[in-house]
Amino acid sequence: MAAGSGDDVFVEFEGVQKSYDGVILVVKDLNLAIRRGEFVTMLGPSGSGKTTCLLMLAGFETATHGNIKLGGVSINNIPPHKRNIGMVFQNYALFPHMTVGENLAFPLEVRKLGKAEIEQKVTRVLDMVQMGGFKSRRPSQLSGGQQQRIALARALVFEAELILMDEPLGALDKQLREQMQYEIKHIHESLGITVVYVTHDQSEALTMSDRIAVFDDGVIQQLADPATLYERPENAFVARFIGENNTLGGKVTGMNGVNATVQLDGGPTVQALAVNCGAVGNRTMLSVRPERILIGDASAPNVLEARVVELIYLGDHIRCRMEVAGDDSFIVKVPNSHAHAALNIGEVTPIGWVTEDCRALDAV
Amino acid sequence: MTDATSKGPLTTADGTPLKRKLEQAMFASRLRAFGLVAPLLAFILAVFVVPITVFMVRGFHNPTYETYMPKSTELLLEWDGVSEPTEEMAAAMVADLIQARADKTIGRAATRVNQEYSGTRSMFTRTARKAAKMEAPFMAALVKAHKNWGKPEVWQAIKVAATSWTPAYFLAALDLKYKGDGSVVWQVEERQIHITLFLRTMEISLIVTLSCFALGFPVAWLLANLKVRTANLLMILVLLPFWTSILVRTTAWIAMLQGQGVVNDLMAFSGLNQVILQFMLLFRDYGDLKLASLCSNDVNGVLATGEATLQTLSAQAADAQTTCAAEMVRIYSASGLEAAVAQAGALKAEALRWGYGDERFSMIYNKTGTLVAMTHILLPFMILPLYSVMKTIPPAYLRAAKSLGATNWTAFWRVYFPQTVPGIGAGSMLVFILAIGYYITPALVGGQDGQMISNFIDFHMRKSLNWSLAAALGGVLLIIVMFLYWLYDRVVGIDNMKFG
Repeated sequence: MAAGSGDDVFVEFEGVQKSYDGVILVVKDLNLAIRRGEFVTMLGPSGSGKTTCLLMLAGFETATHGNIKLGGVSINNIPPHKRNIGMVFQNYALFPHMTVGENLAFPLEVRKLGKAEIEQKVTRVLDMVQMGGFKSRRPSQLSGGQQQRIALARALVFEAELILMDEPLGALDKQLREQMQYEIKHIHESLGITVVYVTHDQSEALTMSDRIAVFDDGVIQQLADPATLYERPENAFVARFIGENNTLGGKVTGMNGVNATVQLDGGPTVQALAVNCGAVGNRTMLSVRPERILIGDASAPNVLEARVVELIYLGDHIRCRMEVAGDDSFIVKVPNSHAHAALNIGEVTPIGWVTEDCRALDAV
Repeated sequence: MTDATSKGPLTTADGTPLKRKLEQAMFASRLRAFGLVAPLLAFILAVFVVPITVFMVRGFHNPTYETYMPKSTELLLEWDGVSEPTEEMAAAMVADLIQARADKTIGRAATRVNQEYSGTRSMFTRTARKAAKMEAPFMAALVKAHKNWGKPEVWQAIKVAATSWTPAYFLAALDLKYKGDGSVVWQVEERQIHITLFLRTMEISLIVTLSCFALGFPVAWLLANLKVRTANLLMILVLLPFWTSILVRTTAWIAMLQGQGVVNDLMAFSGLNQVILQFMLLFRDYGDLKLASLCSNDVNGVLATGEATLQTLSAQAADAQTTCAAEMVRIYSASGLEAAVAQAGALKAEALRWGYGDERFSMIYNKTGTLVAMTHILLPFMILPLYSVMKTIPPAYLRAAKSLGATNWTAFWRVYFPQTVPGIGAGSMLVFILAIGYYITPALVGGQDGQMISNFIDFHMRKSLNWSLAAALGGVLLIIVMFLYWLYDRVVGIDNMKFG
């Protein structure tokens, strides 16, 4: 993995495996290095092993095999309360019988800090999350967003260098979620802490992360920064999981340097960037983003006939479902510009794409 | 168009006031709702509220004497209870006695007076037989028939019995005596039993509640935190006894705990009884009081032969004597034979409190039996509310506490435990209130010192037939429970209680 040997590695998973029942491996050979101050997101569908990884890091689950290091020291045998890792839980886990102030003071009290120091730290962290006036409220008297801020403040108040977040924004509505994403991002940047963030929401991951580890089936499918992940997915799972994607099945008929010639199941032959398609004769899956389709331009490198099946007007763009090479779930996003092509249902029009935008991946 | 929004009451479109219209609209549904609960309401009134009220009234109202002896009642109530009973009262009494004997109600009236002054029942019945032939002066005739008629305290007792609305029973329930002259004094000491009984009832209930909590808390925690399959199995184990008849469970404890019962056999077999015995004796005055060995030989010897054994014991060297022997010898030389034998008797009684003499423990037909059986029977009432509260505490709280740096204990004590308090409150209230009125179990396994106030109420209901005193005892119990409930509300808050 990319940062595996860097000097500034803070958190490191080395060949970590986890099984709950001795039959199924939930996490299969995980290797991941996280740099100090980095914001890494573990992204994946439920049951992909991402939360298990987080729990192992926090110390609530033990690794069946392998080593987890924090600051170069193995923490396998350190109990959770001695790891000094801040954690934000899915449903906040604010203690309902304590006020906001008591909740925030709790980690400081168990560390036996003085009263004045506790008071000062609590006030400072409350200001940081803009909840200064809520110290004597009970968690039940706060809205979801406010509880979220307090949960964040509680993980920050004892100045842990590593903060873990387990789908912390899952219970908020869309607008609040987006706002909190930026706030967490800003707090991360201003404090310079390391954050490991777990989510199944890819847009959240893309917004916040320095790097994203896409999990599936207990394995990291790809670890990269958001742009690389979106632009250059390494396999079919990542291509489909991150953003919207058109897939076309086919067979590799020839290799031409970095490009592959692929005969689609529907008949036509196209050129695509060979990423993960194997040798000539293999089945492959072509992946091309809906916004990279050139419409009505017969001069593009890869031109196919497409018939318009459905048009949905979405304001900033028009979403057009088309039938291409026998597949009628091909999506094209037509920008709502002055120059956009006027389409009608049933109309047949040429579409195409630049060869680099179409990636030949492993067939699933 | 009416301006309904700015002035006057709101009206509907046709001009009726909105409130009246709303009430009309609600009336039908209210009537229907009432109709649905009416049968239950009637049932509860008929078999619960009315009988209990009637019975409670008996606690301070008993018109037996007034009903059967009306003439004397009138004069007795006018009498101040201090001055000499008058000839007029005696005449009315004789007239009442004649009438009551003819009506065959003299026994009931006599029984009522006997509750106030024992021995007066026979006085009444005997005098009644002679009453028809009595002539003035009646006071002298009454005294001639039975000398007790000459005692002013007898007349005072009759005055108390004649007072239908009386605090006498409630006072009796608190070991106080209400006298004919209106004064209230303590009951003579050997008849003061109720307060002791109330205190013992409270003590037993408290110990049972604490034991249920100590045993139930971990079980409830397991129920709430084990895997579903195991938890279900455990739940069945909790509920199975709960569904079994209380009589069966109580008698099962007799088989378990009796002298030759399962527990004693196992302890005797394993030698555990010796260990426990030694451990218990550590904390007592007689450090080497071994019940079937040296010490009890000395004690039994003294009890059997008296002086002879004491002489032998005195002759022994001081360091060869057991503590018991040394003590008996000391008392023998200081205060003589009688005191030494009395001490031997006390030591024997002490020994018997701990076992049978063959080093078996008496765990049934005493307070221990009551405590064990009641704890077992009431345990589910603690476990279930605790479980239902614990079930709602997400495990994330404990994790959060640990991630914030709390040790397992701190996480439990500062985060988990405070959240179980509503369950603890509900469970404890339930167990305590059930325990304070417990009857069958103490009756079956309580022996002498394991009896509770309910057993006494039962005694007055079925044996002595003093229903008024039973009602008063029940009333005091009810007041205690309500006071504790009020106290709980003040300290913890009833809203804080959660049954599930």
